[in-house]
Amino acid sequence: MLDKELRSMIGKVKDGRMDRRAFIQRLAAVGLTAPMANQILAIGGVAMAQSPAAYPPTKRGGGGPLKLLWWQGPTLLNPHFATGTKDQDGSRLFYEPLASWDADGNLNPILAAEIPSIQNGSLAADAKSVTWKIKSGVKWHDGKPLTADDLVFTWAYASDPATAAVSVNTYADMTVEKVDDLTIRILFKNPTPFWANAFVGAYGCVIPKHLFADYKGGKSREAPNNLAPVGTGPYKFVEFKPGDVVRGELNPDYHMPNRPYFDTIEMKGGGDAVSAARAVIQTGEYDFGWNIQVEDDVLLRLEKGGKGKTINAVGGDIEFIALNFTDPNTEVDGERSSLKTKHPILSDPAVRKALALLVDRESVKKAIYGRAGRTTANYLNGPEKFASKNTSWEFNVEKASKMLDDAGWKVGADGIREKDGKKFKLLYQTSTNGPRQKTQAIVKQACQKAGIDVELKSVVASVFFSSDVANPDTYSKFYADIEEFQIPMTQPDPALHMKRYISSQVATKENKWQGQNFPRYVNKDYDALIAAAETETDPVKRAALYIKCNDLLWQDTVFIPVMHRLKVEAASNTLRPAISGWANETDNIQDWYREA
Amino acid sequence: MSQYILRRLLIAVPSLLGISLVLFVVLALAPGDPFSELATNPNVPPEVQAALRAKFGLDDPIYLRYLHWLTAMAHGDWGFSFVSRMNVDTLILQRLPTTLYVIGSAQILALCVAIPVGVYAATRPYSVFDQIANALAFIGFSLPTFFTGILFILIFSVTLDWLPFVYSTDIKASGFRWVLEMIRQAIMPVMVLGLFQAASMTRFVRSAMLDVIRLDYVTTARAKGLGQAKVIVKHVMRNAMIPVVTLIALQMPAVFGGAIVTEQIFRIPGIGSLLISSILSNDTPVVMAVTFVFACLVVLFNLIADVLYGWLDPRISLR
Repeated sequence: MLDKELRSMIGKVKDGRMDRRAFIQRLAAVGLTAPMANQILAIGGVAMAQSPAAYPPTKRGGGGPLKLLWWQGPTLLNPHFATGTKDQDGSRLFYEPLASWDADGNLNPILAAEIPSIQNGSLAADAKSVTWKIKSGVKWHDGKPLTADDLVFTWAYASDPATAAVSVNTYADMTVEKVDDLTIRILFKNPTPFWANAFVGAYGCVIPKHLFADYKGGKSREAPNNLAPVGTGPYKFVEFKPGDVVRGELNPDYHMPNRPYFDTIEMKGGGDAVSAARAVIQTGEYDFGWNIQVEDDVLLRLEKGGKGKTINAVGGDIEFIALNFTDPNTEVDGERSSLKTKHPILSDPAVRKALALLVDRESVKKAIYGRAGRTTANYLNGPEKFASKNTSWEFNVEKASKMLDDAGWKVGADGIREKDGKKFKLLYQTSTNGPRQKTQAIVKQACQKAGIDVELKSVVASVFFSSDVANPDTYSKFYADIEEFQIPMTQPDPALHMKRYISSQVATKENKWQGQNFPRYVNKDYDALIAAAETETDPVKRAALYIKCNDLLWQDTVFIPVMHRLKVEAASNTLRPAISGWANETDNIQDWYREA
Repeated sequence: MSQYILRRLLIAVPSLLGISLVLFVVLALAPGDPFSELATNPNVPPEVQAALRAKFGLDDPIYLRYLHWLTAMAHGDWGFSFVSRMNVDTLILQRLPTTLYVIGSAQILALCVAIPVGVYAATRPYSVFDQIANALAFIGFSLPTFFTGILFILIFSVTLDWLPFVYSTDIKASGFRWVLEMIRQAIMPVMVLGLFQAASMTRFVRSAMLDVIRLDYVTTARAKGLGQAKVIVKHVMRNAMIPVVTLIALQMPAVFGGAIVTEQIFRIPGIGSLLISSILSNDTPVVMAVTFVFACLVVLFNLIADVLYGWLDPRISLR
């Protein structure tokens, strides 16, 4: 039913009987993100809207310096080695992809002459190939022209396992061929409905063949240009000190008219988020502060009479509590939380549902996240108006207590529930981080009211997120009953976000706990839905499948979503940054300007 | 004398080897790994993480890794940072000038305050000046630098708007203006660090002076009619300085090592902030290099202090 309706809607958009915005809003009702909706339109035969870039400056340069404050400075400037977003942000000042994501999740052409679509014949109907046309006249900072060879090389470089690029997955399972000097064709091994991944966004940055050709594969570390980028971007590289500062100057040969606005750019690293907010909002020493993870109260106070303000951008980042489906306290073949066990308490779906009723998301939002969070019942989130309407959440201690009573967990003499002599005790772990510890306290309080004894534990982030096989405290080993952290949605497509939880991805001793399914959720229906979605060429059906996946995670209470987190940035009152929740902060750096 | 120095240097070799072994083992046993940031990124398959670990030799047994490190170090190869994939020595050299400038100035400030104040206070014990100096010294070393740093920022940057609180290594000015800007941005961190150091050092100088000032030879010097200034500077200070020299010599490696907290507050790109960010990202080669250099400097400055004793007090013979 859903796909029939969608199809007729696409038809309406095509003949102009329905406008794009209305279409996107309709899709929102079924839980589709804006970028997905746009891609559906693209494959359905309507061209992807090119961003209406409101960019008033009428000449290149003249904007003086742009001073950015990243409280974790970039440590290297090769986009394909970027270990964190800070490195991607720094690289992106100099390197460019074919297209970037704008605030609404639309593709914005950068090096591409146009965005592929079915109309212009560059998108195959079977979703097995896509043809990109490159802008003519684009020059590398050293004066050499950008050609299709550079893109083919970028693919070969990144997809070579010996290079050990972090973008290897983006470029695997495809071949890139040169059609002519300014055209490439990407051939996918399998139908790939989300075609806008390779050469788009942070991992899409194109590197010059003439400088990296000798450093493909095993010698990748030795390339001198890893630290001295030569790209096509709006700013030319001047200086780099890892962890401290990246500097660039205006590129007089930049390929977009009237851009960039600023004469020089500086990205300063170091310090902490609070003082970064102070330097931007209060004293105005800097124009822009990245990732201002500061309590909203503090920000509101700084903003009073300040020289700057905070900016929120909506993406799909989700802070959640994951429930362990296996028993963390029983060791089987030298492995705790083994798939061969069942969690003694949480394996009962009613208990999981009751726990979800005990997470007071509204209080968490009020007390901790403020403007930087939105309450949600979904694991898969788009912007608020695009969130799935099939799900719901509530905070209700009485209802939870009743459900637990019905499930056989009776309150004992000490006020703690028990069943068959077993106490209802949970170990709740998270990474050490102010907001998370506060959330823990709020949840613990509600659980106490419901007769659940919760023990809190926090692990240093560098240990919690490490892949160290010897360490028992990693999130993937999950030697606790429930755990909380955040998974960022790194691209505007749910495929990778949702694939984590298939049965074959369960983190086990056998795969050195590298499997991404840490809750150890095993559900054949879910596996089947993901498998179907991955081979589904019909974008409408595919979308419906992912919605079902989200709803299944909700029905089974695999996660208790705590907060749909928004990006928080600080900017001076006069700066007009182009920020998208679906991309890195610097992904549209060419469009930044200052209002007089 | 030269024989003494040579012997001391030879003794230093096994102790440095021991230090490096302990450092290496502790770092290798520490939890966490440099690629943890990749762990929650679904774009990066676990195989890439495994490939990176293998490429950087993180899967080898500890003794092999130590031997690799030691032989490379003997050849002058400091290794490369896992995080920035840059040579460790360039990384350290890049940050050395800033560290020397800021922390060095702070030490000089501390000395310039501590020695005169300490000496003058000792010549008039329990006078009003001494009382005030003591009170200020106690306040000074009771307040941690992270507190005074933020207090200074609030007063001088936020409220008065006189000084910048983000340290910048590249100032867009030249000549006199450049010098002026360099001084302006260093005022707060140098004050914070310098006054903190000065506080404890003042107490130290004062008590060292008091120990000496009551000795008979000082009375003799006075009795033979020497002026107060000459007695204090030539006779008392020279002897009182021996413990002070020890203290300063042991502070010197800290000039290189930077001041982690202050550097973090003012965003000074010094060795201290390099060390802390490397520790946080488990960048073992950098942590190893910085701590090892630090160990070498401690050994070296101890030797220098011993040599200086001989100059300050010829009765101490070095054999």
